[in-house]
Amino acid sequence: MQPYSESIREAAKRLLLEKRVDAVIGFRQGTVPFMNEPFLARSPEQADQLVWDGNCAINLANYLPKRNGSVAIAAKGCDSRSIVIHLVENQIRREQLYVLGIPCQGMTDKRKIADRLNGRQVLQAVETDGKVRVSGRDFEQSFERADLLQENCAICTHKNPVIYDELLGQLVEEQQIDRYEQTGKIESMLPEQKRLYFEKLVQPCIRCYACRNACPACYCPTCFVDESKPQWLGKTTDPTDTLTFHFLRAFHVAGRCTDCGSCERACPVGIRVRLFTMELEKQVKQLYGYEAGVIQNGRPPLDAFRSDDPEPFLG
Amino acid sequence: MSDIYYNAKENFTGVIEQLMGRYRVYAPVKEGCHHHGFAPIEKAEAADLGFNNTRLSPKGLFHPQAERMFEYSLAKDDPQAGIVKEAQKDFSPRVLLGVRPCDAKAFDLDDSNFNTETIKDPWWVRRRETTTMIGLACDSPCSTCFCTSMGSGPYDTAGLDVLLVDAGEGYAAEVLNEKGKNTLAVTSGWTPVTSAILPLTHKKKASEQSIGIAFDPAAIAKKQMLEIYNSPAWEEVQFACINCGACTFVCPTCWCFDIQDEVCGDKGERLRLWDSCMFPLFTLHGSGHNPRSNKTQRVRQRFMHKLKYYQDKYNSGPACVGCGRCVQACPVNIDIRQVGRQMASQGCSQPA
Repeated sequence: MQPYSESIREAAKRLLLEKRVDAVIGFRQGTVPFMNEPFLARSPEQADQLVWDGNCAINLANYLPKRNGSVAIAAKGCDSRSIVIHLVENQIRREQLYVLGIPCQGMTDKRKIADRLNGRQVLQAVETDGKVRVSGRDFEQSFERADLLQENCAICTHKNPVIYDELLGQLVEEQQIDRYEQTGKIESMLPEQKRLYFEKLVQPCIRCYACRNACPACYCPTCFVDESKPQWLGKTTDPTDTLTFHFLRAFHVAGRCTDCGSCERACPVGIRVRLFTMELEKQVKQLYGYEAGVIQNGRPPLDAFRSDDPEPFLG
Repeated sequence: MSDIYYNAKENFTGVIEQLMGRYRVYAPVKEGCHHHGFAPIEKAEAADLGFNNTRLSPKGLFHPQAERMFEYSLAKDDPQAGIVKEAQKDFSPRVLLGVRPCDAKAFDLDDSNFNTETIKDPWWVRRRETTTMIGLACDSPCSTCFCTSMGSGPYDTAGLDVLLVDAGEGYAAEVLNEKGKNTLAVTSGWTPVTSAILPLTHKKKASEQSIGIAFDPAAIAKKQMLEIYNSPAWEEVQFACINCGACTFVCPTCWCFDIQDEVCGDKGERLRLWDSCMFPLFTLHGSGHNPRSNKTQRVRQRFMHKLKYYQDKYNSGPACVGCGRCVQACPVNIDIRQVGRQMASQGCSQPA
């Protein structure tokens, strides 16, 4: 994935020099292995800091809503779909944007590596030829990159950007895959089993809202969580409060979530929050044949009433 | 001169059981591949001392995320209606086993908020009094650790009653005060160590040396407050921030809270809940005005509070122990070590 760094820098410098854009949103090298920092390059000199590798998972579309001026943005498949959502929902105008499309081979899940190393600390990680080589104080180990992908990347069917002004690489092959194996398991549970399953799932939640804030689809000026007159939601870590937060968050992004996995990646305690959003994604797809952020024209199904909307729940 | 004792590791399950006979014992517990935090243990074997930093600091055991402070009745026919009564709490003696020196030092720092000459938070003080802190020196610091830059260290004894050091086949226990002595007295198998244990001195040095220098908080203390406050560097620091509360909630020295009443039917509770300066709601006034309405202000506040205001106010080191949890938890890799370097060197916006 490294060659992208060069092409992003080149494109960013060019766009900034030509004053085509005011700034370029990308990533710069992180301070710890498997982490990069979202970065706004405002000058050609700053553009030299831009990088792209397997640690650029956080969805950069999150930095777009209500932006002024013109901006270029590095966008892999999921970012580009979230950009489409922002365009459809009028959070930014197309003419403000210059999309640097990045065909994506999936992003590395730092937790999978941590799990495999069982407490040993990675001091350096190098990504080459489909392998990730990690080293620490007294060890060196190599992993197949394909085994370390984030779960959303492993089942991704939109690796290529859906919109772009410039493509920074060769389009990659999309995979045909059953995306809903996991949610199927939960669907087959009895209601009581589901309740227990979800309670256990969110038990470690510390209500930091990293999942919500990492989500490009969560841009409400005031989130329901932060409403105080009236206060809709208790702020304790009791199962009722925590589950209410997670359920409502998921419902708010139904038909808008692009499964970029930023929520799950952002969670400091490793909760698989995508299990909530995946189920809703599946239902929207089954009911309306709709995938969020893929089509730019027309209104999304949950945004408009049509007399022929399916209504299976009416029996 | 403190007392040092030695006990073989093979006796340690017994030692923990003896502690459990007298105390509620909290220790790091492995869940999957991680240590989420310090949990009450039911079996001695559940305590896992082979851990890096736990995901959550043990601060929640003294300053719970959701503390039920008071309860009251609103029933019309209840003569006690509307009278706020202290909620039941368990203050029976407990032991925190395996506390890392950074986390223990954090409690000393937090005392400047909860336990001073003039202000005493009754629950914090009581929990501190009834808890024995048995620390565990740190021999394999994380790559994100920087305790030595924050005036602490992997063998620091601040805030501890006993410090355990892994001595290979056994543990050496340095008894640091009367409370530690009394707690260790309920356990058996310890033999006094009379001469200095050289290998342990070497281990301490090796561990300290394996931790890099992050930044110099004294240099920040010396700067003019407004010089740092008005620095254009904040604009660059804040860009990536998504304004979640992960950094503050995993931080052992972030103590801010909110107080709310929750009423269900005719029963009410007054809760004290962790709050975060990263949230806009944190500073929202009743009038609707918000003095920290934008992200730059909030991001700056967190770092200024820890690394500048606290130092200025208490004339001590920073309100940071260098545990590195915020570096690990931040979804967008905002690294306090880098921000600290920028604050110390002023105006430097390049990664140091």
